[in-house]
Amino acid sequence: MANERLMPEMIQRYHDIIETVGPEFLKESLQTMHTIRAFEERAEQLFSLGRVHGTMHLSIGQEATAVGASSAMEDGDYLLNHHRGHGHCLAWGSDASRMMAEFMGKETGYCRGRGGSMHIADVESNNLGANGIVAGGVPLSVGVGLSIKMRKTDQVCLVIFGDGAANEGAFHEALNMASIWDLPIIFLCENNQYAMSMPMPKAFNVEKISTRATAYNIPGITVDGNDVLAVYEAVKTAADRARRGEGPSLVESVTYRYKGHSKSDKQAYRTREEVQDWQDNRDPIMRLSDLLVTAGITTQAEADSMRDTALKIIDDAVEFSENSASPDLASIAEGVYA
Amino acid sequence: MRELTYAEALREGLRQAMTTDPNVFVIGEDIGVYGGAFGVTAGLLSEFGEQRVIDTPISEAGIAGACIGAALTGMRPVGEIQFMDFVTLTMEQIVLQAAKVRFMFGGKASVPMVLRMPGGSGTGAAAQHSESLENWFVHVPGLKVVMPSSPYDAKGLLLAAIDDNNPVIFVEHKLLYKTKGHVPEEAYRLPLSQTNIVREGKHLTVVATSIMVNRALAAADELAKEGIELEIIDPRTLKPLDDAPIIESVKKTGRALIVHEAVEMGGFGGEIVARIAGGEAFDYLEAPVRRLAALDIPIPYNRELEHHTVPQTESIIVEARKLVQGAY
Repeated sequence: MANERLMPEMIQRYHDIIETVGPEFLKESLQTMHTIRAFEERAEQLFSLGRVHGTMHLSIGQEATAVGASSAMEDGDYLLNHHRGHGHCLAWGSDASRMMAEFMGKETGYCRGRGGSMHIADVESNNLGANGIVAGGVPLSVGVGLSIKMRKTDQVCLVIFGDGAANEGAFHEALNMASIWDLPIIFLCENNQYAMSMPMPKAFNVEKISTRATAYNIPGITVDGNDVLAVYEAVKTAADRARRGEGPSLVESVTYRYKGHSKSDKQAYRTREEVQDWQDNRDPIMRLSDLLVTAGITTQAEADSMRDTALKIIDDAVEFSENSASPDLASIAEGVYA
Repeated sequence: MRELTYAEALREGLRQAMTTDPNVFVIGEDIGVYGGAFGVTAGLLSEFGEQRVIDTPISEAGIAGACIGAALTGMRPVGEIQFMDFVTLTMEQIVLQAAKVRFMFGGKASVPMVLRMPGGSGTGAAAQHSESLENWFVHVPGLKVVMPSSPYDAKGLLLAAIDDNNPVIFVEHKLLYKTKGHVPEEAYRLPLSQTNIVREGKHLTVVATSIMVNRALAAADELAKEGIELEIIDPRTLKPLDDAPIIESVKKTGRALIVHEAVEMGGFGGEIVARIAGGEAFDYLEAPVRRLAALDIPIPYNRELEHHTVPQTESIIVEARKLVQGAY
């Protein structure tokens, strides 16, 4: 029932922010979340059919974090993200067709088939790429922040990493450097509660990862990562602060992945009931859809039709990719050196 | 002829690059007021200010990451790792980020950065401050590795490295910082991947890197008195390697000795041996190709033990004489 998923106080709480962002913003957010989910579901299906190889890390269930964060950023801002990054990339505005082509290792893919699922980047839109190394992109954000400061632009760098990354030394070095130099960075910890198999309570002696901001004297906030507006609001606040030259923030977005860590995960570390509970009661797409219908922004039929639109986008992406050529073997060593 | 020390030549190169290109900046530990642990960046802070001479916390991975992120977004950072040993703390960032992003992104990004670091033994600083790890980086596609052996090369190669659109590992040597040599005032560039024939000779090709070039030159002076002429070759850029002058030299002399400070096992010398033995120079060989390199041990503290761990002028003389006189 809709009421169980969407409390009246939630509508009240978001009344103001809905007024600010407007109905189109919310509809676009829901559409993008549907597109992300359809993309990943199709990618998984193609993988099981053997039409995509390697591995992939699916973010199904985490779509609100990707969409809420990206929509709080401006054109010209920078994105660095992590291995579970398809959603971030689509939310940033990347083309599903060129992403799917990359999955299939095609020349038309964003990385000409050299990167695959884990390394999609779209440098032209300042998407500096997903990273296969936990916390690998976090120190890079310091350089991006320094560069922004030296070039005296009003850009901001959004760097997204998981809960596991917050236990890497690189995370701490980067937060400290960003703090002492007041760099325009948003450290967004997408806490999906498992670092591969390691549950967050076993890996942290703090309840909230955002409390680690205290150690670096920067703002830290934990939000419901399955609530697109909560993520939007927190990231927007951090972005505004960074743009005013007041330095970095740490935003923790608590969410949940429905699928395993990667394609080889048997998920022995959690119960089916736990996964089912998140799917039934806190699904980010269901929640935003309910909000739109309850608030009278769309009809149920309109909300449902977004799923069909998403499926069509993905059908086109698959067709584009399958019709694309593989890289020429003669080009194998291209791109090693500039 | 104007003479500068190796450290002064590097500083002049940095100053000239920073003066002509506002996107060049330096970043590292104690490089500001302190002037760098070996004084290379002395005076740059007062000239260019804190925005472009950035003192960092003790965060080597952070320094490397800051360079990479800045390079990806239009800057030309020059990072300093205080001792080459500490580059081990940055390996993920250098090997998996700096070296890979361009290729992984289909050639659509570039990482124009230089990471300077002093390697080498001879200062009594023992095993954690005396490493020669250049070959770790030689093994990584996407990186360039440069090792200047003279003040003239240091400045010219540094300016070329800063101009280069790839991540360059720039390996200096602690014992060379105070050595003097001719250095022109203008901002000249020495192309990367251009092997240098330092001294011509006809009896033996000696391929040496960094401080071993100086020791090989000293050995050549001694051996010349006996009528033995060494041809000294300095690759200067270890990766990508310009091996043609080495092959040509061996075809002329028929003998080769490779000298480096890093340990012999898995060292750069093995690559040179393979290139000589695996190609057209093979038929010209009149003796086995030999290597002189460090013992396979950490650098010891004791002065005498340290001295005997890595090749010295005396050991080069002995080995070169044996090769030329047909001992093998």
